Amino acid sequence: MTTPRLQAEHVRLGYDERIVVDGLTLDVADESVTVIIGPNGCGKSTLLRGMGRLLRPRGGSVLLDGKRIDRLPTKDVAKAVGVLPQTPSAPAGLTVGDLVARGRQPHQHWYRQWSSGDEEAVAHALSVTGMSAYADRAVDELSGGQRQRAWISMTLAQETSLLLLDEPITYLDLAHQVDVLDLVHRLHTERGTTVVMVLHDLNLAARYADTLVAMHDGAVVSRGTPDEVLTEDLLSDVFGLDAKVVSDPVAGTPLVLPISAHLRDEA
Amino acid sequence: MSAVRDIASVPGRKHVRVGRLAASFRPRSVVVPVVCLVLLVLVAALNIGRGSSDIALLDVLRTLAGGGDRAETGIVFDLRLPRTLAGVLVGAAFGLAGALFQTVARNPLASPDILGITWGAGVGAVSVIVLGGSAGQVSGMVAELGVPLAGLAGGLLAGLLLYALAWRRGLDSYRMVLVGIGLAAIGNNVVYWLLTVGDVDDATRATTWIVGNLAAVGWEAIGPLALALALLVPVTIAGVHTLGGLQFGDDTARGLGIRVDGARATLLLLAAALAAVATAVAGPITFVALATPQIALRLVRSPQPPIVGSMVLGALLTVSADLAVRTVTPGLPVGVLTAILGAPYLIFLFLRTRKEARA
Repeated sequence: MTTPRLQAEHVRLGYDERIVVDGLTLDVADESVTVIIGPNGCGKSTLLRGMGRLLRPRGGSVLLDGKRIDRLPTKDVAKAVGVLPQTPSAPAGLTVGDLVARGRQPHQHWYRQWSSGDEEAVAHALSVTGMSAYADRAVDELSGGQRQRAWISMTLAQETSLLLLDEPITYLDLAHQVDVLDLVHRLHTERGTTVVMVLHDLNLAARYADTLVAMHDGAVVSRGTPDEVLTEDLLSDVFGLDAKVVSDPVAGTPLVLPISAHLRDEA
Repeated sequence: MSAVRDIASVPGRKHVRVGRLAASFRPRSVVVPVVCLVLLVLVAALNIGRGSSDIALLDVLRTLAGGGDRAETGIVFDLRLPRTLAGVLVGAAFGLAGALFQTVARNPLASPDILGITWGAGVGAVSVIVLGGSAGQVSGMVAELGVPLAGLAGGLLAGLLLYALAWRRGLDSYRMVLVGIGLAAIGNNVVYWLLTVGDVDDATRATTWIVGNLAAVGWEAIGPLALALALLVPVTIAGVHTLGGLQFGDDTARGLGIRVDGARATLLLLAAALAAVATAVAGPITFVALATPQIALRLVRSPQPPIVGSMVLGALLTVSADLAVRTVTPGLPVGVLTAILGAPYLIFLFLRTRKEARA
């Protein structure tokens, strides 16, 4: 097997005095969807920010194509890895078209700020996410689902072969959650995009992930196919959740059914 | 290269699809500066025409184009032009500085006058006027150069101080505005302290400068000002393509391949230098740097303060204010009018920000 394009090697990440992720090693399988799961505060987002070069490692390294990501030129990284932060914010009144056009930033220079290639990439990114009709609308006037699609659209306009998405479906209703994840799945199958995302919904994570990575206290506890990772033992160890895992009647992937306290009492 | 290419167009972004450069052309971003530029020429000509002996608008324009008689040429070029030219250059510098501050801070309240840069320049300049002048140590030559230079140094120092104090694991916009308001208050009070310390003549001289005055500007100040702008403006415009990305959160900007901290520090220091240079020549003409970018933004309908638009509009506002003041109450410095206009505008801005925060 060839070396994966994105790797974390004994990486140590944190803020100020606090170390959140300590000595974590993870290979991201190329052209597949990797979903990171874990309880709140376990370091999922921190790891994603580290892999996307939003956070500089305190120790160890994140490697992109075998080279230390924090030593590569920022623009080169931005042409290879697209990152969608957890709660991105746009200035009031910015239109969807302008937002998505910003995704071309890494491809622009002070002497050439816009080209027909940029134009095509933006138009394509808008149509893939179904946002072409909204190009003229202000981002802050959109519904949550549309706004999320607009941001994903910006990340797509960056035309990277790696995508890191931090909780892309939070705050969306179920239909829009499925919409966004279907889009991610399509990117992966049609373009061979490598996707790493953080998700809280375990059942959707199991359905869309090729590889599940379970984290706890800043370390990887389990990594494998959803069937391998999502076990009743793991749920109890990592999430402290008493649950039953059955086979999803729709997709055949693991389905987590929590056993809530009031049910336990009645049993 | 074919002139018109058949490329997929983005709905909503109106493009002239000719060549490559004009692809994201917005009509307003060209029309607004051009209209402002035409108005600027007219207002500047009117301003030049005004004086002890008024010269008609057309005569001024003819003289500027090189067709005036000897008397007119002498009056226009030797006596009147420096004041108006200073207004144009200072206004453009304030407009650009304001646009940079507001984009980097992501806050319409951020401007060199609110954030203490102009007051830093004020402390520098007033120190030289008051302390140097009364002691009789500073000769005419040094005083002439000393005031602008001290102003420049003071403004840059305030910029560095602002950055150093507001920086904590990155530059937080809110903290930057708070620190800046604090710096402005300190600078403000140091200036007043200097005024009470100095003798009456120097204090009077300093007061005219503090208010913001174009009347005293002569050719000898235009040279350094023009040179400073000729150096700073191209550098700023070359760095402007990162501004669009900086308007987002730090994570998004980094994801787009921008060196956020470096870009922000560079642009902030450039903006501080522009404001300091302008203040050094004409004093802190308040309100121009604060309001110009926001007005330009609304005229151009762009998501962030337009660079060229802010420069032209800043020049237009400054020269117009100068003309208005001279017409209504001759002898009053231009800074008085801009300050009077600035206060209600600031209140409007506060109210609007609160409304947006609630919405």
